[in-house]
Amino acid sequence: MFGLNKKDTSLLLVVAVLTLCAPFILNPFPTDSGMAQFNAGYPDLMQRFVIFGIFAVGFNILFGLTGYLSFGHAAFLGVGSYSAVWMFKLLSMNVLPAIILSVIVAGLFALLIGFVSLRRSGIYFSILTLAFAQMSFNLAYSVLTPITNGETGLQLTLDDPRILGVSATADGSIPVTSLFGLEMRSTYEMAVGGWNFQFSAGYYLCAIIMLISFYIAVRIFRSPFGLMLRAVKCNQNRMRYTGLNTRPYTLAAFVISGMYAGLAGGLMASMDPLAGAERMQWTASGEVVLMTILGGAGTLIGPVLGAGFIKYFENIFSKINDNVLHQWFSWLPDGLEDFVVFVIHPFIGKGWALTLGLLFMAVVIFLPGGLVEGGQRLRNVFSRDKAKDDGTHAPKSHPAE
Amino acid sequence: MDAILLQILNGLDKGSAYALIALGLTLIFGTLGVVNFAHGALFMIGAFCAVTVQRILNLSFETVDPTKTDFLGNPLKVQSPYVVDWFGADFGNAIIDWSVPIAILFAIPIMIFVGFAMERGLIKHFYKRPHADQILVTFGLAIVMQEIVKYFYGANPIPTGAPAAFRGSFDFGVLLGFDPNAVIYPYWRLIYFGFASVIIGGVFSFLQFTTFGMVVRAGMADRETVGLLGIDIDKRFTFMFGLAAAVAGLAGVMYAPINSPNYHMGMDFLVLSFVVVVVGGMGSLPGAVAAGFLLGILESFASMNEIKSLIPGIDQIIIYVVAIIILLTRPRGLMGRKGVMEE
Repeated sequence: MFGLNKKDTSLLLVVAVLTLCAPFILNPFPTDSGMAQFNAGYPDLMQRFVIFGIFAVGFNILFGLTGYLSFGHAAFLGVGSYSAVWMFKLLSMNVLPAIILSVIVAGLFALLIGFVSLRRSGIYFSILTLAFAQMSFNLAYSVLTPITNGETGLQLTLDDPRILGVSATADGSIPVTSLFGLEMRSTYEMAVGGWNFQFSAGYYLCAIIMLISFYIAVRIFRSPFGLMLRAVKCNQNRMRYTGLNTRPYTLAAFVISGMYAGLAGGLMASMDPLAGAERMQWTASGEVVLMTILGGAGTLIGPVLGAGFIKYFENIFSKINDNVLHQWFSWLPDGLEDFVVFVIHPFIGKGWALTLGLLFMAVVIFLPGGLVEGGQRLRNVFSRDKAKDDGTHAPKSHPAE
Repeated sequence: MDAILLQILNGLDKGSAYALIALGLTLIFGTLGVVNFAHGALFMIGAFCAVTVQRILNLSFETVDPTKTDFLGNPLKVQSPYVVDWFGADFGNAIIDWSVPIAILFAIPIMIFVGFAMERGLIKHFYKRPHADQILVTFGLAIVMQEIVKYFYGANPIPTGAPAAFRGSFDFGVLLGFDPNAVIYPYWRLIYFGFASVIIGGVFSFLQFTTFGMVVRAGMADRETVGLLGIDIDKRFTFMFGLAAAVAGLAGVMYAPINSPNYHMGMDFLVLSFVVVVVGGMGSLPGAVAAGFLLGILESFASMNEIKSLIPGIDQIIIYVVAIIILLTRPRGLMGRKGVMEE
């Protein structure tokens, strides 16, 4: 189906079902139960899942396939956000032109940066991209203030022209983003028993775009072009000796992944029409690296898993506080309870970044293939015909999914 | 003329910090071949050593002073530091005042220990892994260190004063015959520059004039042959890692009065220091130092109003622009050695 083999088709279908049914799947606990804080089925968070999923899938096309570790990808996300917001300010509140523009602008920006950075490889490439991203961040904060609105961030105002739309709605407020009249923030709530499922138009737009971009990523992974990129990762010198110029291939991969980042930025601005320079900071670039590695670089599903995992736990861990912990461990004897809470305390709430850092180190040290490799190892442990498997399969090829 | 002199001076203190961090980074890279993204965190830990020493020296007990009352008429509680109690008012207050220089003594063993622990516990296992993995694991370690410091010290910058004797500014221009107040320069920055020069000189002469340093240099050039001569080069490289950590830590301790330490100061410096290392040339110690001062001075020149009005925003991006130009025209950096990270 769709020009994919059977395995990829089923993977795509699984992802499709998961994303489209996310409002149910992520909402397993009734609203009034104590576990309701673990629900993630509200539009804002689900949108972040898929948007960062797109970002990570795009990053993986560069890092997973070619092995070039870019530390400046957030710049493209920021550029995408800015161009989308400008589109809302100047043209109309329709998200479609905004998203298209953000992809194009991010692509052009990536072409420029990639053209220069890809002259070098390895650590030099990482540092060059880092330098470019920090440069854009600094410029967005200082000189480019007329375009980016500096520290305040770019926001919509009532006196924006909006040629094809209205500057202000009838009741004098700023119009909201929409897709041909379908408001992005409109949400349909469905109450079933104790559950409250929310279906947001914005989320479904993001989800469908993510499915399309995931599909494109699968096609890239399976195409001759993808094979060429893997060859570059394996041994670039050998490719050069065979008379092949690898630059166009790596540059194409860089631009494609930049466009994915721009798409994510555009979607982010479409869901919430503002853009700030902090989206371009190198810590933001670091975050997408974390997502990709955590999920499994070079695999198809890994980055999506990593993005979901990080965003989910970021959200949940930040919400847990000492009171919640005391509730959980109330069955322990008093002194022990306090001790356990005391031990866990640094890792929750504001300490989430600490947990993330430790987790990330653990993954890099023990599980370089990320969650996907972890899953495969678990499956190997539990599968009965392990011995047979080991005999027939080639040793340690790239994980296929 | 005086404006140029002032900018050169202004560039020196930032340049010294860049040079010290870049020197440590290069030591680690040149000896162990590891790209250490946690080096900025070591700088930050150094700065927090200064904060810690200041806090320890300021530990005080409360006494009720019957002679004074607050505005409600209650007897006033007076905080008096233990140090003052033990050593008397003069000497005790002097110790508190000099907490930053004292922190140097305190920071050296701590930083060496942190360096050893890092190398033996973590980095050792990453020699044979790709550079990307080294970057990633040290990046994770940097996040962890940062968060631990944030947990204990909070997210706000903590002002850490220099000794009162060095708080003023030095009128440099008068010495050279300019108008008074044309070229004034804070004493502490001057001291920072001097301190950095001493450390840099110390590291270089250690490598150049001691047998240990000679072996290390030989190991940098050809690790295998040194190993074949029956020298345990790994042990010496571990020591060099500790030394690099100590250099970064001391840079941090002394930087605390210039810029109040906060938990992400290391990351801000790290990005720039990497740029410095690359401009200087991977694996070249003199290159790292020269590039550190060069970029520090360039940065302060770019923030002159005359230049800013010519090219707006140049002060924000000058370092990156220079790095990009250098990397594209002289891929090995200013003084890069042949054969080091040439891919």
